[in-house]
Amino acid sequence: MKPYWVVFGARFRALLQYRAAALAGVGTQLFWGVVRMMIFAAFYRSSTAPQPMTYPEVVTYIWLGQAMLLLVIFRADPDVKTMIDTGSVAYELARPLDLYTLWFFRALASRTAPVVLRIVPVLLFAGLLLGLQPPDSPLCALLWVVSTAAAAFLSAALSTLLTVSLLWTLAGEGINRMMFGLIWFLSGIVIPLPLFPDWLQPVLNFLPFRGLLDTPFRIYMNHIPTDRALLAIGHQLAWTVVFVILGRAILGVGKRRLVVQGG
Amino acid sequence: MPQIVVENLVKKFRVAERAPGMWGALRGVVRRRYRDVYALGGVSFSLEPGELVGYIGPNGAGKSTTVKILAGILVPDSGRCEVLGRVPWKQRVEHVRRIGVVFGQRTQLWWDLPAIESFELLRDVYRVDRSRYREKLDELVALLNLQPLLDVPVRQLSLGQRMRCDLTASLLHSPPLLFLDEPTIGLDAVTKLAVRDFVKKLNRERGVTVILTTHDMDDIEALCDRVVVIGEGKILCDGTLEELRTRVTTERWLTVDLLDENGSIEDPDVDVVSREGHRVRLRFDPERVSTADLVARIAANHPIHDLFVENPPIEEIIARLYGERDS
Repeated sequence: MKPYWVVFGARFRALLQYRAAALAGVGTQLFWGVVRMMIFAAFYRSSTAPQPMTYPEVVTYIWLGQAMLLLVIFRADPDVKTMIDTGSVAYELARPLDLYTLWFFRALASRTAPVVLRIVPVLLFAGLLLGLQPPDSPLCALLWVVSTAAAAFLSAALSTLLTVSLLWTLAGEGINRMMFGLIWFLSGIVIPLPLFPDWLQPVLNFLPFRGLLDTPFRIYMNHIPTDRALLAIGHQLAWTVVFVILGRAILGVGKRRLVVQGG
Repeated sequence: MPQIVVENLVKKFRVAERAPGMWGALRGVVRRRYRDVYALGGVSFSLEPGELVGYIGPNGAGKSTTVKILAGILVPDSGRCEVLGRVPWKQRVEHVRRIGVVFGQRTQLWWDLPAIESFELLRDVYRVDRSRYREKLDELVALLNLQPLLDVPVRQLSLGQRMRCDLTASLLHSPPLLFLDEPTIGLDAVTKLAVRDFVKKLNRERGVTVILTTHDMDDIEALCDRVVVIGEGKILCDGTLEELRTRVTTERWLTVDLLDENGSIEDPDVDVVSREGHRVRLRFDPERVSTADLVARIAANHPIHDLFVENPPIEEIIARLYGERDS
C-alpha cells in the first residue's frame, strides 16, 4: 500500500498550501453557521411540539456540519478531470499502480485536506463563543473520531465513483450536480436528519448519505447511543465497500473505453 | 527473441458526428450518429533488444495510438501485441514497471512541486530502493545537467528544462525499454541536440531499446538505424533510412555555386530544384548518368565556384512516400 500512501501524502501536502482559501472558508462557514442557528432558533421558539432533538443538540450538529462541510462538497476529482481533458491521464496508466486505488487515495486526500485546514478553527471558535457542546463522553469522542474517519472513506469512495463516471461523460458536470443535490439534502447538512418526518427515517437510515455527516455527529452527542454506535459505523463501512466494489466494476469496463485526448 | 511483437493491431475510435447549425445540434440531442475512425488498421512489426527505432508519420497517422497501446494505456480492438513477453493492457501493472514513457506534449511531473519531489514520489511508486535510486539519479543529473533545476517548482521551468526532467523521471526505475512520444517537440536547437545526444548514449551505452516518434527528421537522421513510417493507420515502410531512400527515389541532389549570379546550367541529365542567388540546386538520377561524369561535365562547361552532391533531405523522401500513398 505504500506507494498509494505516498501519493496521498503528496496530494495532501499540496492541498494544505491553499491557506487563503481555507481562511476565507472558515469565515464563510462561521457566518452561515450563525445564520442557520438563527433559523433553527426561530423554528424552536415557534414550535410547541416536542422535537426529536433539543435546540443545543441542533446547534452542536450545525457546528460540526460547518466544520466538516468540505467532506460533502464533492465532485469528480478535478485533477483527474483535468488529466482526462488534457490527456495526461496517460501517465496515470503508465504507473505500476492499480488505477482505482490510485484514484481512491487521490480522492481521500482531496476530501480530507480541506477539512483538516478548517476543522480546528471552526470548532474552536464555535466551542468558545457559539454554543458548540463538547462530546458527550470520552467514549463518544473516541467513537466520533472513528466514525469521522469512516465518513472520510465513504466520501472518498463516493467521489471516486463520480471520477470513474468521467470515463463515460468526460464532462461530468451533470452527474456532479445530481449527486450534489442528493447529498446536500440527505447527508443532514441543510436540516439535521432526525428532524425529517418519521416515515422518512427508515429510508434515511438505509441510504448511505447519512454516513457522511449525520452518523458521526449523532455519535458525538450520544444521540446515537454508544451501544449502537458500532452498528452505525458498520453501516458507513458497508456502504464504503459497496461503492468501492461498484467503482472498481465500472472502471474495469470503462478502461476499454478510455480515450486519451490529443497528441 | 524480439522484445516487442505487434501483429495486425487494430484500434478504432467512435466519433460522434453532428450536422452543422442549430438544427443539427438539436437533432444530435435526440439521435447521435457515430462514425468509426480507424487509428490503426492492422499494424505489424517487431523489435529486437537494443534497437533504436524512429516511428514517423503525419499528424493523426496512428503513431501515438501505437505507443499508447504498447505502453498499456489503450486497449486495441484486435490484434496481438507482446512487449517483454507480456500483453501490455492485460498485465498492465507488471508491464509498466519495466518500461519508461515520455509524452513530449505533457508532463509527468507534479506541476507545483520541485522536480526532485516528483522524482522521490516516483521512486516510491516504482519501489526503487534508496541506494539504487541515488545512483541512478546522480547519473542522470550528471548526463542531463540537472543540478540547478532540481529545487525549482516545475511550473517555473522552461520547456527544455522540463523535458530534461521528464526524461529523468521516466528512467529512474531503469527500464530496459523507453517510449518517447515527440520528445523534441517545441524545443530549441541546443536542447534538441542535448536530448538527442542523451538518447543516443542511453541506447548505445546502456542498451536501452528506444521507440521514438517525431516529426523532426533531423531526430531521425541523427538517431535511428531503423525507421517505420505509418500513414492512416497502415505501415508504409519499415527499414533502414537507406532502404527508405532507395525505395522512394534513387535521385541525388547536386548543389552548385556559380561565379556569375545570372548564369544558368544547361544539361540534359539534370532538373533544377531551386535557385537562390549564386546557388543552384539540381537533381539527377545516378542510374542514368554517373555522378563523376556529371560533375566533370558541369565543372568543364560552367564557371563555378563550388559544388557538392548530397542525398535529398529526408523530409522530401517522406513527403513523397505520403504522396505515393495518396495517389
